[in-house]
Amino acid sequence: MSEITLQDIIQPENLVYEKSKLLTDKRFHYCPGCGHGTVHRIIAEVIEELGIDEETIGIAPVGCAVMAYDYFDVDFQEAAHGRAPALATGIKRVWPNKVVFTYQGDGDLAAIGTAETIHACNRGENITMIFVNNGIYGMTGGQMAPTTLEGMKTATTPYGRKPQWEDGTPNNGFPLQITKLVAQLPGTRFVTRQAVYDAAKVRNCKKAIKKAFQNQMENKNGVNFVEIVSNCNSNWKMSAVDANKWLQENMLPVYPLGDIKDNFELINK
Amino acid sequence: MAKFRGAIVVDTDRCKGCGVCITACPLGVIELAKEVNSKGYNYSFMANPEKCIGCASCAVTCPDGVIKVYKKAL
Repeated sequence: MSEITLQDIIQPENLVYEKSKLLTDKRFHYCPGCGHGTVHRIIAEVIEELGIDEETIGIAPVGCAVMAYDYFDVDFQEAAHGRAPALATGIKRVWPNKVVFTYQGDGDLAAIGTAETIHACNRGENITMIFVNNGIYGMTGGQMAPTTLEGMKTATTPYGRKPQWEDGTPNNGFPLQITKLVAQLPGTRFVTRQAVYDAAKVRNCKKAIKKAFQNQMENKNGVNFVEIVSNCNSNWKMSAVDANKWLQENMLPVYPLGDIKDNFELINK
Repeated sequence: MAKFRGAIVVDTDRCKGCGVCITACPLGVIELAKEVNSKGYNYSFMANPEKCIGCASCAVTCPDGVIKVYKKAL
């Protein structure tokens, strides 16, 4: 029994996990440990498992994931900053049989693209929206985003984000709960919040993304909205492992995980 | 005794040495190498191959998808 060697194990028939074939060989330009890579990987796995690589059209955002079209071996369209839901609306209405998904960060979806997000969700377009929330503008160097936590230090809030001054006059504002906000709209079918910091959470997240794609494939009306709480270790100024720990201690109390809305019904928690 | 033996193959040249796989591994199989790859990152490798059971926790958390997992029943 103990004579089994690594050469015996490393055989093609024993392979249980490898990168999805729908990801190209191009290296991710993301920082080491960035959640974007993990989310890209699970989206590619879901598309591969559902066998919809010929029918899928992705919309790339502006932000760190701007070059997502280089990494997926499916059709992609690049949107102007924040306008991915508007572009997805157009593509889905012209080609109702295609599976259309947007991939956006918090600066794209919750800041410059808030109007497009809210109106696409309010119209109840039959699209899937993937929202990666790391609470900071990663690509431009770590400025405060609407989703930045209270007290969080960023390049533009060096003393920490302060929503109001002591006398109550407004200052930086409160963290924007965009996912809760879109869950209130009648056009959203499935709204959930997931994370990718450990193996169990990655598997849950994959199930949620799969459901979001399946709802659209079955022509069920309504937006499928998946938020993924992710890290930005470079701009949080931590190692990848510390950033994942910080995420669990600080991000999750403000952005708790779980389904928020399913089948047009809010899940009360 | 474990009923399964596993092994991982890391694409060392694409690994960015973030260390997420090390915390994801429940059995402490993976460590970062002292050597660096062509990009200057300390890549991860199987330091304790006899402990690996092929659970693929490292591979599903790897942001760059550089880990292939093999599993064999004993």
